[in-house]
Parts: sequence; C-alpha cells; structure tokens
Amino acid sequence: MSELNLASATATEIRDAIAGKELSAVEVAVAMLARIEEIEPAVHAFNQVTPDLALSAAEKIDALVADGAELPPLAGVPAAFKDNMNLVGTHTTCSSRILAGFESPYDCTAVARLLAAGVLPLGKCNMDEFAFGSSGESSATGTAKNPWDLGRVPGGSSAGSAAAVAAGMATVTLGSDTGGSIRQPGALTGTVALKPTYGRVSRYGCVAFASSLDQIGPFSRTVEDSARVLAAICGKDPHDATSAERPSEDFVAATQSADVAGMRVGIVRDLLELEGVTPEVRQSVLDAAARFEAMGATVGEVDLPTSKHGLSAYYIIGPAEASSNLARFDGIRYGHRAENPTDVLDLYMRSRAEGFGAEAKRRIMLGTYALSAGYYDAYYGQAQKARTVIASEFSAAFERFDVLLTPTSPQVAWKFGEKADPLTMYLADIYTIPVNLAGNCAISVPCGFSAENNGVRLPIGLHIIGDYFAEAKVFRAAAAIERDLALDVRSPLVSA
Amino acid sequence: MSLSEHDVRHVAMLARLALTDDEVEAMRTDLNAILGHIDEIQRLDLGDVAPMAHAIKVVNVTRPDVVTPSFPQDVAVMNAPQAENGAFVIPQIVGGGDEA
Repeated sequence: MSELNLASATATEIRDAIAGKELSAVEVAVAMLARIEEIEPAVHAFNQVTPDLALSAAEKIDALVADGAELPPLAGVPAAFKDNMNLVGTHTTCSSRILAGFESPYDCTAVARLLAAGVLPLGKCNMDEFAFGSSGESSATGTAKNPWDLGRVPGGSSAGSAAAVAAGMATVTLGSDTGGSIRQPGALTGTVALKPTYGRVSRYGCVAFASSLDQIGPFSRTVEDSARVLAAICGKDPHDATSAERPSEDFVAATQSADVAGMRVGIVRDLLELEGVTPEVRQSVLDAAARFEAMGATVGEVDLPTSKHGLSAYYIIGPAEASSNLARFDGIRYGHRAENPTDVLDLYMRSRAEGFGAEAKRRIMLGTYALSAGYYDAYYGQAQKARTVIASEFSAAFERFDVLLTPTSPQVAWKFGEKADPLTMYLADIYTIPVNLAGNCAISVPCGFSAENNGVRLPIGLHIIGDYFAEAKVFRAAAAIERDLALDVRSPLVSA
Repeated sequence: MSLSEHDVRHVAMLARLALTDDEVEAMRTDLNAILGHIDEIQRLDLGDVAPMAHAIKVVNVTRPDVVTPSFPQDVAVMNAPQAENGAFVIPQIVGGGDEA
C-alpha cells in the first residue's frame, strides 16, 4: 500500500495514486471504513455508514484501472452526503424522528453526479434536524462533535458533513446551505466549504427546507478539491426547474492559477464592525486582506447597510417556506404516524407533534404565524422587500469589487449547550445569511486559529463572497489565500 | 407585537401541531423573543421596493410534452406507515354511512 495518509490526503492525491496503481480503490474503501469504525464513536458524524455501497463502487473503479480505461475525475475518492439527500440503498432521515427509517426512493441529482464522477459513498452525515440549526445540536440522532475539540460544536446545520472531513473520515462531503449551513460549519471545523450560486447545483432529491434559499455544495480539505466537486455536480437538471442553464467552467484551473494580481478585493466594513464578532476573528480577516494586497490585489472597503437586517428577513422567509415545505410530513404517505388516531385531524396533529423536535416546531410555528392572516404584509412582504435591497447592495458592490471579505462566523467553535437560547443561536449566521437571500456564491476557507487555550486552538474561516455565477473568481481568491497562508489544517484527530 | 397563549394555540392548529400546555408556554416565550428581534424589519422604509421571491429570474420552465416513465406505484407507497393494494390507508374522512 502507498505512503499516502488517507485521513489527510486530498481528492486529487487519492485519484492520482489509484490511477498510478500505487493503491487500489478497494484498499482505499477498506482503509476508510476501518478508520470510521475507529473514529466515528467519538465524533458521530454519520447517521449511516454504507460499506457495501463503498466497496461495490470501489470494485468498479478497480475494474476500470485493470482495463486501462479512462478514470472518472474523482475515481476512488471517499465521500459522504448530508442525510437530507436521497441515495437509493440508504435511509434519508434529515436527523428527524419523523423520517426515521425512510428509504430513499430515488437518487438526489448532486449525489448521483458525484457517484458518476467515481467517488466511494461511505454514508450519510448527521445534521441539525431538517437543517434547522447552527451547531448540530438539534439532531434527533445524537450530536456530532467538533474534531478540533470534542467538547465543542462542529457548527451546523451540515454538522456531520463538516466533522467527517475534519476528522479524516471522508475526503469530500456534500452539505446544503440555506442560511450558512455549509460555510459556518466549514469555518468551525477548518474545512473548505462552498455555497454555490442559487441554481448552479440541482436541488432535486434534497429534502426541501426553504426552496428559494437552499443550495447544495461541497466540504473538502483544499480549494482545488472543492472546485473538482463543483465541476462534477453543477449544471442544468430537468428535475429541478430552478437549476440554471449555465455551462460548467474550468473551476480547477482557477484554483491552480491562484493569481490575484489586479483582483479588486472589498472588505465589508460595516459588517466587520458588528457587535458580537470577536477581536481575533475580525483581525484574521484584516490580516487576510493585507495578504491579498501583498499578492498584488487592490483592497478597498465597502458597506452593505441592509445586510445586517438580513437575519430578520431570513427568520421570516426561511421559516415561512419551511412551514409550507414541512406540511407534507403528515403521517399519511411516509414518515412517523401516531398510534390509534381518532380521526384524520388527530392523526396529523399527533404524528407531527411526536415526529418533529423542538427547533423544527419553533420554525414551523414562526413561519405559519408570519404567513397567517393579518401578519403577511408586516412580516413576509416586508422581508421580501428587504431581500431586494440586500441583493441590490451586493450588485452595486460587485461593480467595484471582484470579491468581498467578511468573517464566515462571528466566533470560533463554542461549547455544547452554550447557546441554549434560540435567538443567540440564530445570530451565529449573521455573515452567511445575506448571501442566501441574494442568491450569489461564497466560500469559507481557513485563515487562522484562535489563541491556544488548554492546548486547543480552533480554526477561523474567511468568507469570500462572489457575484452570481462568479465561482471561478471565488475559487481563485480562496486558492491564493490558501497557498499564501499554507496553514496546517489537520485537526488533532488526524495524525501527521 | 406579542403573542398570547390564545395566539400560540391558534397558530399551532393552523400548523397542525399538537402542543402540550408546557410546550405552548415555552413556544410563547421563544417566539416572542424571536419576534422581538425581527420586528425591527418593520422599521425599514421599503415602501416602493418590489418584493423578491426568488434569486434567479426563471419563468414558466417547461419540458417537451412527452410521456416518460414516472414514479412506480410500489416505490410510491414503500415508505407508507400503512398501505394496502398499492394505496395509502388512512382513517375514514367522509361519511360514516354504508358506503364502505
């Protein structure tokens, strides 16, 4: 077997090692499954591990190698998927009791495309229930832990997808991002985390939270791997009418050039000065901006004055759409059904009450209220107008700048139970939410660490925001700062 | 705006959620705290701004009007809590007379 440490290797390295016959895809699958068996009990990144699917995919890759056939772009790369994405042969539970045991009836398009690109499906990742949360703690299947400090949250809602990559249990994973649910856990776990432009990736087969905001995207160890995954999963899908008629681009080349000379980089000044952002996080963003300047970029400042109201708009629009989308969980066609209902209303009310957790109920209630008679204009109507202004402020900023910088999260990973009050938890997504409302793209890339405390240091994420379909530019900037900082982003669970 | 216990019970009925008395009280506290924050959006002067429902402007996306295979019946009912002869079984909704 090759010298490659699979727990810290990149997708590119693993594919090259398989293509060069240094190791077989089955060896990769077996080694990763063994690692999951060892590490998973401490981290709980997975709701389900799928050894049979991983091994059969690996055998197909090895057959291609034996035949001397052309290998797909992510051949033999260990992967996992957030548990709101359907994959035949797996359960899709959204970490909710209401979907316990649900068998995927078809494949999510993004998952199917990643499988077609050759990845080895290791399993389905733990998450906040129905993606409602910023810490992973609202999962009904137990809480995923942060591999940097097992007493701290990995972020959320794509908690397990982030933790699996940071713990070296998967090389790439897919998450979904409605208000920051890819980028924020990416920041808290020291992984690279991309929310593509709305419509760039099909949402078909991903259980809907807020349909006008949801977008699937990758977690990875490097910006180049992020680009490889996006290239594999993007593009028009006839099953999702909102997927964009937009050709793929050479995202990988953008990461390899990593040339930012002449790039116009904007620091979002007013958001950087918000209350609640810690000094070390603020400083790491300013330091990154200085690095961009040293690499030949032009750095300036911009304000996005309405973005700070994005949180309010989001906690109206998101729950409103969620309350509609989750109406389908009624105990009739799938999911939990209450015992001995007296009539159909009793069946609906008790099935939902027994099946949904506290945060899901809260969001359903909030959304139902915001859409109810007499309150629609004051809440939903006003939030949609604020959304227009937030998007137009981004558009104006992108006339002056190629990319914008903010922190991804106002603070590093916090301890379990620290944000027991829902509103405090919601504030964790203050930087990521405006991008979902506008629909453009952004990435979180590691840019530093907190000061060491009791032998633990925690990663900080830089949020690089791009215009609609400007992923190539975002990748170029992210790869430049990744190369320039050359941080060792292996968590303590990944040995050298 | 502040939600009363009556309001919470009304919204819970609209949302088809059976809440216990304790849950009603906890929900009232939580929702009022959240609304206390998001009510600030009502102070924004947005009179003439057009509302935005969606990030990308796509209208009436259609496909060729050709019949293609759709979800097979056995797959459609495979996750049903109760199914019989390829159909979902639910409590009786209509009547109570002799139509059964």
